[in-house]
Amino acid sequence: MANSSMLTYLPRGSFIHKLTGTTKLCFFVMVSVAAMVTFDTRLLAVLLVGTLVLFKCSRLHFRDVKWVLWLAFIFLVLNHLFIYLFSPEYGVELYGSRTVLFTLTQRYTVTSEQLFYHLNMLLKVCTVIPLALIFILCTDPSEFAASLASVGISYRIGYSVSLALRYIPDIQRDYHDINQAQQARGVDISGKDKFFDRLRGSVNILMPLILSSLSRIDTISNAMELRGFGKNPKRTWYVQRPFKKADWAALCAAVLVLLVTLAVTVHNGGRFWNPFV
Amino acid sequence: MKNTPVKTVVAIGIGAALFFVLGRFVSIPSPVPNTSVTLQYAVAAIFAALFGPLAGFATAFIGHSLIDFTLYGPWWSWIIASGVFGLLSGLLMKKLDVESGEFGKKQILTFNVAQIISHLVCWGLVAPVLDIAIYSEPVEKVFAQGLMGGISNAVTTGIVGTLLLLAYSKTRTKKGSLSKG
Repeated sequence: MANSSMLTYLPRGSFIHKLTGTTKLCFFVMVSVAAMVTFDTRLLAVLLVGTLVLFKCSRLHFRDVKWVLWLAFIFLVLNHLFIYLFSPEYGVELYGSRTVLFTLTQRYTVTSEQLFYHLNMLLKVCTVIPLALIFILCTDPSEFAASLASVGISYRIGYSVSLALRYIPDIQRDYHDINQAQQARGVDISGKDKFFDRLRGSVNILMPLILSSLSRIDTISNAMELRGFGKNPKRTWYVQRPFKKADWAALCAAVLVLLVTLAVTVHNGGRFWNPFV
Repeated sequence: MKNTPVKTVVAIGIGAALFFVLGRFVSIPSPVPNTSVTLQYAVAAIFAALFGPLAGFATAFIGHSLIDFTLYGPWWSWIIASGVFGLLSGLLMKKLDVESGEFGKKQILTFNVAQIISHLVCWGLVAPVLDIAIYSEPVEKVFAQGLMGGISNAVTTGIVGTLLLLAYSKTRTKKGSLSKG
């Protein structure tokens, strides 16, 4: 099991680590909404530089996330390849002009509009990836549940999320054990058997996993019920910290990004910035 | 065995963890070269059937968010579509009562019709439409991609989910199964 590829909280004590979970959650949501909305290359470039600076400040290293970036790269390449294969003229349609750079075949010509659209998509995703990485690597998981509750989401959902984070390693270990046991009995899901046999094999692994999970649900929910979980409409969190000046500053910055995005969108008369007219 | 609100909370948490582990670390090579199928939607459908639409939604939504966050940035349109799959299949499977040990031909049909409809709506409609709305991707690409994903998910959910529920229902005691000797 590729444990090294798993992203977990890295306590490095940068100023981003010191912000509360609530701040980081709000910042992440607002800035990624801004990056999703706008197709303005200038704004996206500024946002990308900003998130890269934040990444540098968060004391995370390239080697912490190398594996993830490699996966993201493959995903991006495939996605862009699909877009081009299915709609090579999509940029032309969006920007309303056609500047042919060179022709591959009759259907697949390379136009600057298409390349520009790909550039914008690339910038969007590249802006969100460092943000997501900072968020996941600099936020203590137990504080994350508290921050969900503090932005107005029911604490029950917050508790579900923290239960999920708590039990992922357990379930991973269970899966690993069951998988090994079934392999010893001759179950193979890796590709040497026929496809249907592989699916049947996976049922042999999933069945004990799901049954043990269901009994685990019984045990945990009984324990929680005994301790009076869900009795009151609100609850407090041990790990929740009060807001400091830096938190308010970060929130203001996020709101500013949203406002600028809104202003740029209104100014451009839509989500797209068209340099071709 | 009645589902209390506390139990739903725990089921969502454990379900999301299962969804995450299966989606993140387990992939089975499919008959098409260089592609693989994943099993997490079978689990989402089972949790939706056992714990209701809300649990189905939250299980898939949280599980999928966790997968995306630890792989690359979140791809919201597909995360939301996953959630809708859990919600829809939960709603359509309301009549299934696997807990009481009944899982015959009729229930298998209900389960599969429900999961196929949910998959078609999610990957054939919700995911592509959101892809266009959020990321402004080309229409042909998103629908082709959605359809491929939907079909492969529906096949695995159908086979794996049905077999799992069959096995699970056998572990439950049927209603009125006691008889005088």
